[in-house]
Amino acid sequence: MAPDKFGDDPEMLTIKDLRVNVEGKEILKGLDLEVNAGEVHAIMGPNGSGKSTLAHVVAGRPGYEVVGGDVTLDGKELLDKEPEKRACDGVFLAFQYPVEVPGVNNTYFLKTALNAIRKSRGEDELDAMDFMQLARDKAKLVNMDAGLLKRSVNEGFSGGEKKRNEIFQMAVLEPRLAILDETDSGLDIDALRIVSEGVNALRREDRAIIVVTHYQRLLDYIVPDFVHVLSDGRIVKSGGRGLALELEEQGYGWIDEAANA
Amino acid sequence: MSAVMPMENHYADSFASIRGNLPGAGLPWLDDLRAAAMDRYATIGLPTTRQEEWKYTNVRAIAKHAFQPSPVSCTGLMEDDLGDALMEDLQAHRFTFLNGRYSPQLSRPGKLPKGAGVYSMSAALAEMPEALESLLARQADYRANGFASLNLAFFTDGAFIRLDEGVRLERPIQLVFLTTAHGETLSHNLRNLVAAGIGSRATIIEHYLSIGDPVYLNNAVTEAVLSANAGIEHYKLQQESTKGFHVATLQAHQERDSELTSHSVSLGANLARHDINSVLDAEGAECSLNGLYITGGRQHVDYHTRVDHKKPEGVSKEYYKGVLSGKSRAVFNGKVHVHQDAQKTDAEQSNRNLLLSRDAEVDTKPELEIYADDVKCSHGATIGQLDENSVFYLRSRGIPQHIARGMLTYGFAHDVVERMGLEPVRRLIEGILVSKLPHVEASGIE
Repeated sequence: MAPDKFGDDPEMLTIKDLRVNVEGKEILKGLDLEVNAGEVHAIMGPNGSGKSTLAHVVAGRPGYEVVGGDVTLDGKELLDKEPEKRACDGVFLAFQYPVEVPGVNNTYFLKTALNAIRKSRGEDELDAMDFMQLARDKAKLVNMDAGLLKRSVNEGFSGGEKKRNEIFQMAVLEPRLAILDETDSGLDIDALRIVSEGVNALRREDRAIIVVTHYQRLLDYIVPDFVHVLSDGRIVKSGGRGLALELEEQGYGWIDEAANA
Repeated sequence: MSAVMPMENHYADSFASIRGNLPGAGLPWLDDLRAAAMDRYATIGLPTTRQEEWKYTNVRAIAKHAFQPSPVSCTGLMEDDLGDALMEDLQAHRFTFLNGRYSPQLSRPGKLPKGAGVYSMSAALAEMPEALESLLARQADYRANGFASLNLAFFTDGAFIRLDEGVRLERPIQLVFLTTAHGETLSHNLRNLVAAGIGSRATIIEHYLSIGDPVYLNNAVTEAVLSANAGIEHYKLQQESTKGFHVATLQAHQERDSELTSHSVSLGANLARHDINSVLDAEGAECSLNGLYITGGRQHVDYHTRVDHKKPEGVSKEYYKGVLSGKSRAVFNGKVHVHQDAQKTDAEQSNRNLLLSRDAEVDTKPELEIYADDVKCSHGATIGQLDENSVFYLRSRGIPQHIARGMLTYGFAHDVVERMGLEPVRRLIEGILVSKLPHVEASGIE
């Protein structure tokens, strides 16, 4: 992706007053967020604060009712697009619970995805040989066993392998905006380190990363430029990395008190 | 019953006029069997939905036709007309039956090893009737239903496969049943018999195909006797005309430590009914029954399986999957009967169905009857739709929705295909899956 395509304005993702209902209940209650290219943002918050909803709404998961606000990516409205179109525009969501797809080979799955994205950009599709070469290189980059490429998507993968497969997919698809939804959940410290190293290898000037997490532990490995605290459907506090450490020490209680004060 | 009664006279008249010309006519034992079968048909007629075994499968569409028997001969076809039967690298001993009769022109028997014989049933009845007398119609009960009765009364041909003790076939035997359009609406009554000697092994494919879109009834019965330690891998590939009717039974009898593997794929036909039955009549016999049905439009498919565990330490594994779209309908009924002597039986059954449309319908029913106390029996049946979470996962990676759905459907069906030992058959079925699920390419999925 040519850097000049986006002009001089680095502002990539803009979320304004986003209001989202799930099954009639308001989950996001006017959320604002701006993310620039090259930045890593952490979104933290207690369970039920709306972290995962935010991640899924940006990726386009069906079942969420957007009742207000808007979201733009590189100046273009995102919310009226199908999820596959958003992926083609550069959105990538690393799932908290990656889905097992029995009977569909990992390589075939990802080749289909990459070629769909390339096609939408007017690029030539990769043939099997070129794709394999790319896949092997990227697997190495994120430290994933190339044997997993031959297996069905996530089927029988360990928790760590699934998360690594998500980061591997991110490496192959080269998104403009990557959202990592609770990537640390269910990982032991070694797996967490490996997955984080993969993410760090993918940090780039023209890419933004949003890390959604409950615990600050992940942020020891993926060091964010900005930390936002989400509470009851709104971002109630933003700051630098130090904010995550404060949360670690004091929990989320003081945030709610501060917000309600 | 009233709807089907008029056809009794039709078949009785038809039988009276051709019985003298049927294969084996003049053999007293066979004449008696055919006459008894015709009598039985006169009594019971075609099944109705009032019978438990046919509760969900209404054969009125078959009953309303006055099917004519297979013509004496058909010619004019070339090998290329065999279409999907010409699987690359299959290297089978191929025997083709065109409109119910053996066609030497379309067959490539090749050289069978010593101790193995494949004959057309009509020729075998002419040349070696004594070999058949003690075998034919001993396993499949012609009284079971009207189709079984008609089959025995009218059968014109089929294959007789004989394997002597210890014979192991390297290459598969492929029986191609090809049906073409004909001036009249025909019913082909096909009869196959497999006699596998002690320790023998073979792979047998029954492949049903048609050219064009004719209306007909293929009514087939295959009997298989597996002697001790024999191993038979049986494939049934049903790709009939979507206007055709297909009613078939595989009836196996298994001796000690024998192994039967059945792979049944049902894709075509307006109505297809498959009865797959095995009697495990000695210790340590094993059968694996696998099936895949894919239906659309107004197709109807019915699988009825029955495993009789009669002696100890038998194993049966059933694994059937269906993918339904349009207004199609599927029935699965899996009966497992564990007799009192059959201790240490291990029986497993699974039937999973994927509905791709709102109007498709499945009736699935496990039926376990267990009279022994030390057995392991399990069964599971599911009917569901594509998992929307999985669809979203694929779409979130840039894959368009219709392709995502196609890939997930392929993935659902694929593990039945994976169980097949013959790679050329696997490739054929994968190719068909892909063509039935548009926008999925096969090469990469494997």
